[in-house]
Amino acid sequence: MAQHKPKHNLDEQIEMNLKKVYQKTLDEEVPDRFLELLEQLKEQDARNDQ
Amino acid sequence: MTNKASLAQDAPPLDPREEIVTHLPAMRAFALSLTRNPSQADDLVQDAVIKAWKNLSSFQVGTNMRAWLFTILRNTFYSDRRKSKREVQDTDGAFAATLAEKPHHDGRLAMADFEEAFVQLKAEQREALMLVGAMGFSYEEAAETCDVAVGTIKSRVNRARQALSELMNLEEGEPLELTDQQTLAVMSTNMPGRGDAA
Repeated sequence: MAQHKPKHNLDEQIEMNLKKVYQKTLDEEVPDRFLELLEQLKEQDARNDQ
Repeated sequence: MTNKASLAQDAPPLDPREEIVTHLPAMRAFALSLTRNPSQADDLVQDAVIKAWKNLSSFQVGTNMRAWLFTILRNTFYSDRRKSKREVQDTDGAFAATLAEKPHHDGRLAMADFEEAFVQLKAEQREALMLVGAMGFSYEEAAETCDVAVGTIKSRVNRARQALSELMNLEEGEPLELTDQQTLAVMSTNMPGRGDAA
């Protein structure tokens, strides 16, 4: 198919924008609900081990 | 041990149960690209974490945990979606329509326009582009994560790029900033800087 286009420009810009979108979430603090969830799961395991 | 996601990246292999936390930020970003909705994304991450935890014994320590978690996450996403298929299709249609109506009159630059275009792509294109384009997965890793052939990932990425450029009315080689009449008019009177306005 289309192999003729100046790949660099468009693809790079798409990538740059994607990374920005992605980075926004990466920079956010992980919400407590997930840390709490992991703690709960660990406690559950510990209880089951006993 | 460490609760800080970023610290553990280059550490020696952790107990998988300790490692999961280090992938949460990436999982949230990936989930967001699939669901396009922050609260649905976090619900999806939560479901995926619980599933991953239950299946930890099937994870091979030393292999790519991020890819393993992403596989679980996307499988969860697609199976939820199949369960409520009609509903989702309606939502997709309505969602795309709202986006299409939104006029580009406020001079926002590439970032917002890009996101509007990105969320209109098919889920399979969004995930392929996200994995390869943003997260640095190789085509092979992305193919494994999505359980398809490498060629399929490549063509999804290509189609995603094509669709994006069409959605954003890009000509070949044109920058991502929209250049339709409206935007040009706004930009000429109110030229924002190149960096993040946000």
